[in-house]
Amino acid sequence: MAKRKKIVSLLLSSALMAGVLAGCTSKEETSSGGSKSGVTEKITFLIDNQTQLDGIEAIIDEFEKKNNIKVEIETRPGGAEGDNIIKTRLATGDMTDLVWNNSGSQLQALNPEQNFVDLSKEPFMENIMEDYKDAVSANGKVFGVPGTPTNAGGWLYNKKVYEELGLTVPKTWDELMANNEKIKQAGKTAVIGTFKDTWTSQVIVLADNYNVLEENPTFAEDFTANKAKISTTPAALRSFEKLEEVFKKGYMNKEFLATGYDAGLKMLADGEGAHYPMITFALANLATTFPDKMQDIGIFGQPSDSAEKNGLTVWMPAGIFINKNSEHIDAAKKFLEFYVSQEGVTIYSSKIPPTGPFAIKGVELPDDVYPAVKDMIQYFDSGNNAPALEFLSPVKGPSLEQITTQVGSGISSAKEGAELYDKDVEKQAKQLGLEGW
Amino acid sequence: MSKAVLSNPNSTPIVNPKSRVKTGKKLWKLFVETFSVLATLGIFGIPFYFVIINAFKNSQESSLLNMDWPSSFHLIENMKEVISARDGMIIRAFFNSVMITGISIVLLIILGAAAGYVLQRKVTKATPFFNFLILAGLIIPPAVVPTIWVLQEIGLFKTMPGIVFVEVALNLPFTILLYRGFMVTIPKSLDEAALMDGCGRFRLFINIILPLLKPVSATVIVLTAVSVYNDFVNPLYFFPGAENATLQLTLYNFMSMYITKWNLLFTNVLLISIPPLILFIIFNKKIVAGMTAGSIK
Amino acid sequence: MNKLANKTYTYYFLLPAGIVYFVFFLLPTIMSLFFSMTWWTLTDWKFIGFENFVTFLTEPSLNIGFKNTLIYAVVTSGLKVIIGLLLGVFLSSKLKTVGFIRSMVFFPTLLSTIAVGIAFTMMMHPSQGIINIVLSGLGIVGPDWLGDTKIALLSVALVDVWKGIGMATVIFIAGIMSIPEDYYEALMMDGGNAWHKFKSIILPLSRPAMNTVIILSFIGGLRSFDLIWTMTKGGPGFSTDLIASIIYKQYQAGFFGLSTAGNVILFILVSALAFPLYAYLNKKEVDL
Repeated sequence: MAKRKKIVSLLLSSALMAGVLAGCTSKEETSSGGSKSGVTEKITFLIDNQTQLDGIEAIIDEFEKKNNIKVEIETRPGGAEGDNIIKTRLATGDMTDLVWNNSGSQLQALNPEQNFVDLSKEPFMENIMEDYKDAVSANGKVFGVPGTPTNAGGWLYNKKVYEELGLTVPKTWDELMANNEKIKQAGKTAVIGTFKDTWTSQVIVLADNYNVLEENPTFAEDFTANKAKISTTPAALRSFEKLEEVFKKGYMNKEFLATGYDAGLKMLADGEGAHYPMITFALANLATTFPDKMQDIGIFGQPSDSAEKNGLTVWMPAGIFINKNSEHIDAAKKFLEFYVSQEGVTIYSSKIPPTGPFAIKGVELPDDVYPAVKDMIQYFDSGNNAPALEFLSPVKGPSLEQITTQVGSGISSAKEGAELYDKDVEKQAKQLGLEGW
Repeated sequence: MSKAVLSNPNSTPIVNPKSRVKTGKKLWKLFVETFSVLATLGIFGIPFYFVIINAFKNSQESSLLNMDWPSSFHLIENMKEVISARDGMIIRAFFNSVMITGISIVLLIILGAAAGYVLQRKVTKATPFFNFLILAGLIIPPAVVPTIWVLQEIGLFKTMPGIVFVEVALNLPFTILLYRGFMVTIPKSLDEAALMDGCGRFRLFINIILPLLKPVSATVIVLTAVSVYNDFVNPLYFFPGAENATLQLTLYNFMSMYITKWNLLFTNVLLISIPPLILFIIFNKKIVAGMTAGSIK
Repeated sequence: MNKLANKTYTYYFLLPAGIVYFVFFLLPTIMSLFFSMTWWTLTDWKFIGFENFVTFLTEPSLNIGFKNTLIYAVVTSGLKVIIGLLLGVFLSSKLKTVGFIRSMVFFPTLLSTIAVGIAFTMMMHPSQGIINIVLSGLGIVGPDWLGDTKIALLSVALVDVWKGIGMATVIFIAGIMSIPEDYYEALMMDGGNAWHKFKSIILPLSRPAMNTVIILSFIGGLRSFDLIWTMTKGGPGFSTDLIASIIYKQYQAGFFGLSTAGNVILFILVSALAFPLYAYLNKKEVDL
């Protein structure tokens, strides 16, 4: 019964769409002439409050001008608390038409097949990069479009400090450590630690994934299938050891446990600290607070132990998804189509200078992008990049940030941390009901 | 010094030593008063000062999060920005918060007083069971998702009555405790006299008992107002939606995982602390009165 | 009279409160007992018996959580009783500034926990926080209040006391004020001093008030996590995790069945401590 209703409504709405498309002129009439009686379709859009809305709002403004559709943004808290709100609202059938959510493991946790509309057949999806599609797919169905430019996790560094101390971008982990030693000797903070915002403590471990995959190309699949553990895979354990080493050598600022992300950005911009292991969305935050310092900031991928291997770990951008139970699926699709068009991207970039390449084919970046973005693009052009583990595997333990805080502050060793994380992962995989756990 | 206060009043006073004791006592008293005021200001005043002073600053100065005097004052601008943020969300939130808090208080007073009254007056075999239920209400943390399910089944999810009922249910145990305790101070003979005069049992409660419960009702008003008004978790789950924001949620407008606008955050804190402050000024003297006598149990 | 009483004090008066309490609190709680034995994704569930309880009890940070929860509850309720009693005695005296001090002490009770948590986190910063600046002015090197794993829990407990002491004090003041004047007069007749007054009148006769403070703040301490959550999120690492914050983290991770099981365990723990305590305190009270 319910199914039949759905089919009927689908037919009705597609008939309506056809009508609109067939008579473009008549549509003009309704929107201008009979605006009072003409019903404006309204779609709702849930976004977390961590996301910079300027670009999205500009796209919406233009979209509303061109279509008789109003898009209303509703915000929610971010972080794990926000994930929970999404889950609760999906489960209770009270979701907005459009949903902004992370791609990768955090999408898988939402059971996308059940909750979101399959977009794989939509023409506008052809322009989306394959890597991104992988991060928003389940069982061959694709569910989202990229909401922001692509990010990367690596070592943000202050180019001025590098110049002053005569340093060069390190090719190996040992070279990086040697640089750190020199910076420390010069009386500056070598590595900015901001563990007050615990999520920042994970970056060194997560940004090492390019190196892990270089050593073990099948690690992501094995990890998902419970065939490989972090603590028993030397390359993966190495990620934790790198974090441990940074702490043991005392390269971080003295008060890294009481320092927050804002303060970390300031230290990097002022050159008080030389390195900040971070994800590049930080560039947008830096640009708002320290616009005049953007020329001093660069990035390099977390080095491996071999000079031959140099790559960047990529963070797939958050996606926009359509609620399967929405009553405005067609209007929502229309919005997504506009969002990923060249016009949409241009509007977005005019409000927020891009912090990385877009995951959309054929979209060009302006020439005056930040130096750090130019650094990033080299890795993209050469193909030396790989997604972070959470975009390749649905498995991600919820306590990673606490565990990396422990390892990064010497409460536990790298090995202990990795073992603890393996247990955490096991719990999560069981809760997800994955096979092989 | 205390010996003087408590010395036997029957003993013949010797004038001179006593007046010396008196001046000494006065000095001591002055010292105690000054010291205690300074200590209170230090311990309880500085955090307020911290919030207030940072609400005056611009975003750069406030991001240093120190207690320095602001180089220029921006309170009015900050307030304007806070009030206009997200299309005046704070105004909608103010309306919602005040409505939720107000209706919850009215319901809590009526339901709590009626329940506390009967539970104190009538002691039966069922009494331990009721005590258990009350204590259980204080102990058990609320179950979020099943509550949402219940609200949906009866069509109250995302509605003001829904969140009000949840707040009432969660605050009932403590309210009943307060009323039940205060009932001890109202003599049973009063009930009997009223019944003799031909008062029905409902009129007895409404016309005689309820007015006598005024002092404890003041306590209930302040305490539950604070708990409902400051609650941010429950509205987050049971009253979601853009139009349904409550004042505590407005704090999130300026606080994020990445960048926090401290000056606006503290201005927001300042603004949303005004209603409880007003309530407190009105009821300040009465809070204790409602708790006195047998009420504390 | 008994018959009359039964008719007068009808349980109908309980009905409205009972219905609201049952529908919006008891019913969901009973349902959660069931869900604690399921694998549950909100849209889908599967009965798995006691597996969640096993998983929860083998949680690596649970040991820390248990220990911290007990420490937190004992420290906060202990300090609230002692300081609240002293403040209560002091503020029921006839000093001129009592009204002002009482308002100041009570005011934090009115503030939202988030606001208090944020302000204190800033004030407890090891080098820029006002607390350590003041201490260094006195020649003391202040600790890293929230970063040092050994004292972070106690730092948060102190803030909890700061915020909650007003409530405890008011309850004590109420208890002390309800002591009839003639008791003091009788003591004065016998030539007692202030210490006697405190020991033999105030202390025993404000017993009910003390029991209220103990019970409320002990239960509150066992269940509490909002302040910990605002100030340390259970960190650094897991060092300030409480049972309630572990449950909350699992809930956030979407482990609904597991976190519900944790809730049941917390409920059992609090009951196992609070009911006997309540019974014990009540018995003592009757004895007096």
